[in-house]
Amino acid sequence: MSDPTASQGTQGPTGGGGMGGMMPPPRENMDYICADCGAKNEIKPREPIRCRECGHRIMYKKRTKRMVQFEAR
Amino acid sequence: MSKKSGSKRTKVESQDAEVDPRRLVGISAERVTNISSTDFPGHYPDEDNSWSHKKFKKNLKVEVKRLSQRSIEFDLVGVDASIANAFRRIMIAEVPTVCIEEVYVFDNTGVIVDEVLSHRIGLVPLNVDPSIMSMKESGEAQATDQNTIVFKLELECSWHPSMQQPSKDKGKAPAHAASQSSATPSTQNIPDNMRYVNYELLSGHLVWKPVGEQETVFGPNEASNPQKPGPINPNIVLAKLRPGQGVKMELYAVKGVGKDHAKFSPVATATYRLLPHIKIKKPIPRESVEKFKTCFAPGVIKVDSRTNEVSVDKVAVRKDWVSREVLRHPEFEGVVELGRVRDHFLFNVESESAYAPERLLPEAIKVMREKLASIKRAAEMLAVPSASELIEVEKPQGADVSMQDA
Repeated sequence: MSDPTASQGTQGPTGGGGMGGMMPPPRENMDYICADCGAKNEIKPREPIRCRECGHRIMYKKRTKRMVQFEAR
Repeated sequence: MSKKSGSKRTKVESQDAEVDPRRLVGISAERVTNISSTDFPGHYPDEDNSWSHKKFKKNLKVEVKRLSQRSIEFDLVGVDASIANAFRRIMIAEVPTVCIEEVYVFDNTGVIVDEVLSHRIGLVPLNVDPSIMSMKESGEAQATDQNTIVFKLELECSWHPSMQQPSKDKGKAPAHAASQSSATPSTQNIPDNMRYVNYELLSGHLVWKPVGEQETVFGPNEASNPQKPGPINPNIVLAKLRPGQGVKMELYAVKGVGKDHAKFSPVATATYRLLPHIKIKKPIPRESVEKFKTCFAPGVIKVDSRTNEVSVDKVAVRKDWVSREVLRHPEFEGVVELGRVRDHFLFNVESESAYAPERLLPEAIKVMREKLASIKRAAEMLAVPSASELIEVEKPQGADVSMQDA
């Protein structure tokens, strides 16, 4: 009688909502997606927001990598 | 009314061994008569209609009429509507099945939002036999290898290798860029499967992750379940993806019942209707035989090619829909008597679960017996206990009903 969640570490059902309690990971460079060409862009402070590939000025932020829990209902 | 006229029926066309007129529900042009059964004590004077096991056993009949991979048609004869209906309802709402209940989303960049995708995944029928799993008591209860099955769902869409060629500009979205410039209309007619890889998230992408002893209990080595846990149909489209979009999820399947959520219902349909009964009381004039025939479902009315005599096909009557079309025509007035046999139920059940269709009624009976057992226990506790029993009764004994008054 072993617990299937045990092997999942912190991602078990008790993890709840994927939010609570988790410390933000050390700051790593954040990639943004160009709205026009889809290229990955790194934006640094004080730099114009502009795609390196096509010059488009609209960027999307990537989805969180954190786990989110849902009921299949 | 139909009872009276039924008793002095002239035997023009004998359908078969007469159906007891007491078993018939009358269907006339504008009303339905004799709906309720009358086989209870005190309804007919000088008749003992008390329930007897022997009589019930003699009259009870279950007969499979058609069986396929996913559906069954069977007749249940000799029970009250309440019993037949109970089985139908239990098949829909209380026979347990296994479904995905919890979804842990690590990544979902497709256009279908997490909630909707989770809902869709929950509705996928799984091939896990519910009898080898135990029910998870509540949502908060600890998940164990006996009540939870874990699946992984991971897919990443990308460009088809053949689509990499026209990507001179920017290299990220070749087809998109090409079609936008409209310089190459040839790329517009390329079907999805030539453009993209993994562009459809299918139920077949569910990957079972055995935990604990599940490898041996649920695994395909068992004789009882030849395949490993997964969807019954691997071709259900859960979401469509485009290059750069992907899904990564972990899914927990549990055992549940249809009254909790429709995804747990083991049946697609579970219905019954009453056996139609057609009584031809007068011969049909030769010229209106064709018209008479078309008043019923095809095959129900047989016409003797030599004598032009009209009779009812014993086997095909069940296909009739009792439309009352005959009763509309003045020339057929009093010719025919429509009805249904009150205790003859034609069940039609489609399984959409791990159960083979022929297993559904036995499973429903099992559930009903459990209900009866608990009712019986509760009733026994209601009975006035003697002094010696009183001590025993007072401790709860884990009974689910406490109806102790006074």
